[in-house]
Amino acid sequence: MSNVGKKEYQAMANARAKKSPLGKDCLFAFLIGGAICAIGQILLDLYKRFGLSNDIALPLVSITLVAISAILTGFKVYGKIAKYGGAGTLVPITGFANSIVSPAMEYKPEGWILGVGVKMFSIAGPVLVYGGLTSVIAGLIYYFIKGASM
Amino acid sequence: MSKRVGTQTVAFYNPPYVKSYAAIAGPKEAEGPMASCFDALIDDEYLGQDSFEAAESMLLKNTIELAFKKANINTQDSNYIISGDLLNQCVSSAYCIRDLSAPYIGIYGACSTMAEGLMLSAMLVDGEFADVCANATSSHFCCAERQYRFPLEYGSLRTPTSQWTVTGSGCVILTRDQNIIKVTHATAGKIIDMGIKDANNMGSAMAPAFADTLAAHFKDTGRQPSDYDLILSGDLGKLGKELAIELLKKEGYDISGNYNDCGVMIYDLEEQDMHCGGSGCGCSAAVLCGDILKKIEDGTFNRVLFAATGALMSPEMSKQGESIPSISHAIVFEHA
Repeated sequence: MSNVGKKEYQAMANARAKKSPLGKDCLFAFLIGGAICAIGQILLDLYKRFGLSNDIALPLVSITLVAISAILTGFKVYGKIAKYGGAGTLVPITGFANSIVSPAMEYKPEGWILGVGVKMFSIAGPVLVYGGLTSVIAGLIYYFIKGASM
Repeated sequence: MSKRVGTQTVAFYNPPYVKSYAAIAGPKEAEGPMASCFDALIDDEYLGQDSFEAAESMLLKNTIELAFKKANINTQDSNYIISGDLLNQCVSSAYCIRDLSAPYIGIYGACSTMAEGLMLSAMLVDGEFADVCANATSSHFCCAERQYRFPLEYGSLRTPTSQWTVTGSGCVILTRDQNIIKVTHATAGKIIDMGIKDANNMGSAMAPAFADTLAAHFKDTGRQPSDYDLILSGDLGKLGKELAIELLKKEGYDISGNYNDCGVMIYDLEEQDMHCGGSGCGCSAAVLCGDILKKIEDGTFNRVLFAATGALMSPEMSKQGESIPSISHAIVFEHA
């Protein structure tokens, strides 16, 4: 375009572009994310009431939430909730389950190995890589601080 | 005699005529305001196939066959079928045209494919290199999502500037036999890149390409926007449409009175929560073949400037931090 420079155009396009409604997005993320966490708490209390110890009840809560999320993803419901939940459905462990189940469903036509197997962690991959790396760094820091105090 | 007009435009002295056209669209489009325009609507996104890619290919094949049926021509008697789509290696086109037993020219112009194909087939027919030349394109929401974005069931928010890939397909058959609609001019676009990097804001990326091609077209032909009953862009969407009007105003052309965008027309943006509107090769193809050509045929429009727009990026280039090169080609249709 001869009459408009790149910088000028980018500013023009940016000014006209509708912005994400941050306030609304944050509120929905808080409410839906909070609801998922509340369900986790209810499950924990429930499992403890059935006589399970804290050590067993805690992982069982995570397992239950992952299972619920996987099933809801399979029935094409989780994505619809996420449309409103945003980070509220992405951040909890249910979002992690959704990020693994959704590519597993999507890449079935390419076969169990080259499709599902290869693509299953295509979204969750970075979480695993950097989650693992962070835990190693945290572990080292802990080791040296603890080592120093001994 | 040279058929070139100005720097980027060609005029057809043996104008190719539109023999027939067909458009088929998907379930979301069936809920939109243009549902009644299409020749057929599909309700199964798989079209009975095992994968979305196979489904898109079937959608394209059905559209091409329907256009040939309307033209009363066998696909084998076509001199060329020019087709392209959004999928890697243009597989929707290649995998369906392998069954049609006609010489195939595969093209890639992203969402500008319909205009690119029309320009090439009009040149082939005008140059007497073809008596019958079909051109077609398609897009499928589910294929585009998995190639460009995320798996369908992955929970992600769409940004306000994002557009929705149309599940749809269009095919136009050009011949030398005199008919009601003729193609008179084509303006080939340059690649324009104004540095927009957000793949969820393709309207902003493509609007300058559209404006550039239109400005070249007006300059080459000496025409004004008011010489057209309708100026139509492919899939700039709501935001791109506003930007296109503003950019052309700066070039000295006011298109605001007779301009529309296929991506804005195909959905009810608010009701269907479509953010900035439709996109994809099938967007402009289905709107052109479902609605606009009919309206030129019945005389509602006498002269239409159709300029489909394409964003020529790939997910890899976007991840590498590159901006989005964009293109637009313009075609002039006239009621003969």
